[in-house]
Amino acid sequence: MAQASLKAKHTQSDVTWKTRLQEWWFRNRALIGFAFIFPWFAGFIIFDLLPFVYNLYLSFTDYQIGTRGVPPWIGFENYIEIFTDDKLFGKSMYNTVYYLGFSVPLRLIFAFLIALILNLRVRGMELYRTLFYVPSVVPLVAATVIFAGFLNTRYGFLNQFLVLIGATPVRWLSSPDAIKPSLILLSLWGFGGQMIIFLAGLQSIPDDLYEAAAIDGGTGWHRLIYITVPLMTPTIFFNLLLGLIGGFQIFEQVFILLDTNGGPLQAGLVYMLHVYNKAFRDFEFGYSAALSVILFLIIFVLTLMLVYTSNRWVFYGDAQDDET
Amino acid sequence: MIEDPRAKMVRYMVIYTILTVGAIVMMVPLLWTVSTSLKTRDKITIRRLELIPDPVAWENYPYLFEARPILQYTRNTMVIVVASLFGAWVPCTLAGYAFARIPFPGRNIFFGILLATMMLPYVVRLIPLFLFFDEIGWTRTFGPLILPRVLGHNAFYIFLYRQFFRGIPEDIYDSARIDGCSEFGVWWRIFMPMSRPVLAAVSIFAFSFAWNDFLNPLIYLGSNKELWTLALGLNALQGFEGEDNSLNLIMVFSMLMIIPMLIVFYFGQKHLISGVTAQGSLKG
Repeated sequence: MAQASLKAKHTQSDVTWKTRLQEWWFRNRALIGFAFIFPWFAGFIIFDLLPFVYNLYLSFTDYQIGTRGVPPWIGFENYIEIFTDDKLFGKSMYNTVYYLGFSVPLRLIFAFLIALILNLRVRGMELYRTLFYVPSVVPLVAATVIFAGFLNTRYGFLNQFLVLIGATPVRWLSSPDAIKPSLILLSLWGFGGQMIIFLAGLQSIPDDLYEAAAIDGGTGWHRLIYITVPLMTPTIFFNLLLGLIGGFQIFEQVFILLDTNGGPLQAGLVYMLHVYNKAFRDFEFGYSAALSVILFLIIFVLTLMLVYTSNRWVFYGDAQDDET
Repeated sequence: MIEDPRAKMVRYMVIYTILTVGAIVMMVPLLWTVSTSLKTRDKITIRRLELIPDPVAWENYPYLFEARPILQYTRNTMVIVVASLFGAWVPCTLAGYAFARIPFPGRNIFFGILLATMMLPYVVRLIPLFLFFDEIGWTRTFGPLILPRVLGHNAFYIFLYRQFFRGIPEDIYDSARIDGCSEFGVWWRIFMPMSRPVLAAVSIFAFSFAWNDFLNPLIYLGSNKELWTLALGLNALQGFEGEDNSLNLIMVFSMLMIIPMLIVFYFGQKHLISGVTAQGSLKG
């Protein structure tokens, strides 16, 4: 009897304790919100904000390997040196833009065209989709190493194939003229990621638009130009932007395929490799920070320009009046 | 629209020809990788195209495990993968949930910051982070690779979760709250089980980014061979020996890095697209 009442009392206090806690939770929702984003926010301060600010500061100092204590402030000297004295700055920027200029548009075009064909819903499409997509799942290090072998002058597949069909073999990775095309080739091999994004976009275009066009007597070409392409512009924009931002930061492929100088005549010295060399080979951290700030500004301005011009060609669905 | 059957035939033939040729071109490097990984040492230096290895050198695979500490590389890589998955599952989903469903002061400002960090290239943080971790004595350890990942320091994942959580009807959230479920309870009992597609998609990203990471292990672990990951081990195999006669082992190593990725994508592909695009996160 006594035991039973004790038990009842115990449960009751348990319930009130629970309700109180719930009330407290509810009243302090904002606090819980803050608690939930706290890990991210702490990470933002430690890994984004402070490093970004400190990097900016470093770019105005002469911080080198032996520097003790506060690195000496030298104003714009690093920047002046980059623009007036550093031959590798221009070289690496040229190489990077050359690489981008071909790889970004070519990837977009391949990815878009293949996605268009795969979207025709004919038999066996799933198999083809997988085959086109699989290379982009290959880890970048593995893909690069595979290409190093694949493009090997004597024992690689490509040259042996060229010999087989009677063409002249190319020294893909050891002649200055062929290095950048090799890098572009490697980047094209991974177009599957963009293709999948295009495919998802294509599948979200409602069928009734095409049906309406067919009733109005539109040909396949009309459907492509007046329906598919306009409705796909947001996806094209997304892929273009990410492609450019990623392309400016190309590093691993070059680091693995070539030596730290970027191969013969430094034909493969891309901008990130120059930044890496200055920091982790020459230990000129201040100078390297200045180089990185310049790359950041280029990417930033380019992004702004693209976003700014995007409302002229990117179709967001609510601006139908512009089209007529 | 009625199409002339002959024209239809021609159209299909064109389509299949393009697709087949394209698929073969895309698969050739991989087929060549498999074939080279099964060739004997003297066969890889033959200057003639030979796609089918003869004899088939299966022993290359066990041999690589003897020649290189593959298991150690794998274990080290898995440390980073696990840290990454933990971050993607706990802190990132909590943050995504808060941004989607809990009103708190300044939420839009915080979310703006989150979006801004997605645009911040890694290169402008690389050097200070290295100097910082060097200062506290964490270089040559897993610390710099684990800490950001465990904290869920990835704006992209949080953004994807937030987009997905916003698509979960508000009624479900409200009724759970009225029934006395805490925020934590709503997150754990309702949002997490309903979010399998986005969880699967983010998990695939987390796995593959950790599995493929090269620059960070290179900078922080490069001088400590004990902690090398698979990516560093593969790079060293091709960079150090660098001679054409170890091409078969390099391709064996590449296959070891590729196969787990294929498995992960095979099981996750269903969710990959729906998790990322279903809620319109890619549309402007």
